[in-house]
Amino acid sequence: MSQRVLEVLKEKFGSAIVETHSFLGDDTAVVDPKSWKAVCAFLKSDPQMAFDMMVDLCGVDYAGFASGPGGATREARFEVVLHLYSTSRRHRVRVKARVGDDEGDDAQLDSVTDVWPGVNWFEREAYDLLGITFLGHPDLRRILMYPEFTGHPLRKDYPANKTQPLVEYRTEAEAGLTLEKQAPFREDEGMPFGRRVWGVERGES
Amino acid sequence: MEPIDLDLEESELELPAEPMHLNMGPSHPAMHGTVRIVLELSGETIVKSDVQIGYLHRGFEKMCERGTWAQVFPYADRLNYVSPMLNNVGYALAVEKLCGIEVPDRCQWYRMALGELARMSDHLTCTGAMAMELGAFTPFLWYIKAREMVWDILEEETGARLTHSFGRIGGMAKPPTPAFKQMCREALPTILGLVEEGEGMLLKNRIFLDRLEGVGNISGEDAIALSWTGPCLRASGVPYDVRKAHPYLKYDEVEFDMPLGKNGDNLDRFLIRLQELRQSARIIQQVCDRMPDEGPVNVDDPRVVLPEKSEVYTTIEGTIQHFKLIMEGAKVPAGEVYSYTEGGNGELGFYLVSDGTGTPWRVRIRPPCFAITGGLSKLINGAMLSDIVPTFGSLNMIGGECDH
Repeated sequence: MSQRVLEVLKEKFGSAIVETHSFLGDDTAVVDPKSWKAVCAFLKSDPQMAFDMMVDLCGVDYAGFASGPGGATREARFEVVLHLYSTSRRHRVRVKARVGDDEGDDAQLDSVTDVWPGVNWFEREAYDLLGITFLGHPDLRRILMYPEFTGHPLRKDYPANKTQPLVEYRTEAEAGLTLEKQAPFREDEGMPFGRRVWGVERGES
Repeated sequence: MEPIDLDLEESELELPAEPMHLNMGPSHPAMHGTVRIVLELSGETIVKSDVQIGYLHRGFEKMCERGTWAQVFPYADRLNYVSPMLNNVGYALAVEKLCGIEVPDRCQWYRMALGELARMSDHLTCTGAMAMELGAFTPFLWYIKAREMVWDILEEETGARLTHSFGRIGGMAKPPTPAFKQMCREALPTILGLVEEGEGMLLKNRIFLDRLEGVGNISGEDAIALSWTGPCLRASGVPYDVRKAHPYLKYDEVEFDMPLGKNGDNLDRFLIRLQELRQSARIIQQVCDRMPDEGPVNVDDPRVVLPEKSEVYTTIEGTIQHFKLIMEGAKVPAGEVYSYTEGGNGELGFYLVSDGTGTPWRVRIRPPCFAITGGLSKLINGAMLSDIVPTFGSLNMIGGECDH
């Protein structure tokens, strides 16, 4: 439906469009991170494109991803995925940029908050959960996690059962109780998200 | 002694005041329990506001990466917990799009009926709660009574009132019960009657109207720029409804209107939801007329659909199939997909990335509330402190979905 968008993009930006594909009706253009903002501004302002609505922006961590499009020859760790919709022309497009090295340190991308104001919180979320920095963002703070949180929980190398309590757990000596008697988790309770699990051999699973 | 205040300009009479900082929430009756707004006030006027979310963040996306594709359904329920069925269906449609499956006709009708019931429950809760926050307790009780009727139907169908976990990849957990159509036909007029009664009580009430009319205005262009969707966007006069613009299931075969607002103020958002309730009822009535009573609900695809219990217990193939689907999960082909449906608050999108195994690589939900709450600052800056309550109420922010 909107494959024409991909053609126009390729024509206009040439080598800045790394690859395009249409899979299950979703048309995707992978953009060179350096041209990210220029491509977005063009998609918004060009009357043929008229993508006035930013639908979604999210990041995907591909560390350790084996198969699928892109394959194992992936040089950037993260993908920033932007979904756009045009209310007047009723077409959609997905624009992606690949950023970050294996350590996830160098994940930077231009912010597009002045193209679509609504992207503000979405970029903050991608920063919060994946640690992708958006350059020029007016207010790049954590949004879902609390300010004291360290790390980026949606990265594949962040253990899902790691806990970061704001108030430190008391040790057995401090509490005068064994761990099993202390809130919030006893060993037999709930999912293995308890405080003994992370970093310590647990014995049972 | 001559009077000294006569030749003073009015502005000079105002005392110089420091801006006052005020925390609203996260534990505030009108903040639905999960939002904190840090306000800078000049008198009672809001100069600056900072909306902070995340108090209900449960790591939905991280949890999804730990289980199988089918294990996402209970989590999806808990996103928008006033219309869980819409989330279930939205997620099921996304996975089915990635698998290339289309569910049978009967299931599509059934999903539509359940989805519209969930939408009614969502709008009833929102409008009722909004009235209650402005002091009108009786309509709230009536709307909750109407919602109970919706939930009774859903309970009869799914066995649960709130978190149904009823969707499945390639179908639904159970076929419609024999009483389904009759229950809908009997309940709908009563529900609409209650809605009308409550509406009559509110829309002639000057206190209620004064607090909604002309408060929290937003233009159509601004709403689009803020990525708003759903009733809040339509209240600003933008005709965008996923069910109309990009029909899924059987929405192109039923008749319903898309109510539009003019001013984009709180009253418009309130009225749009009431109108949509009636349209949902219309859709459910048409579904009751057209849904076949016989026929399969699940697709005939052993790769994704669990076998019948009778087969599991009597045949080795059934046992193995059941075991594989539960332990390893349905294998979803590698690729990425974005699928979108009209949720209670707007476009509910799921962006899925699969590496071809039984566990999702990435499940991204596009929560409509997230974008809408992101625009709250714009609505309340410059307004009065007391305007926050109706404005925030009219956005229908659902913590579970917004904070995912």
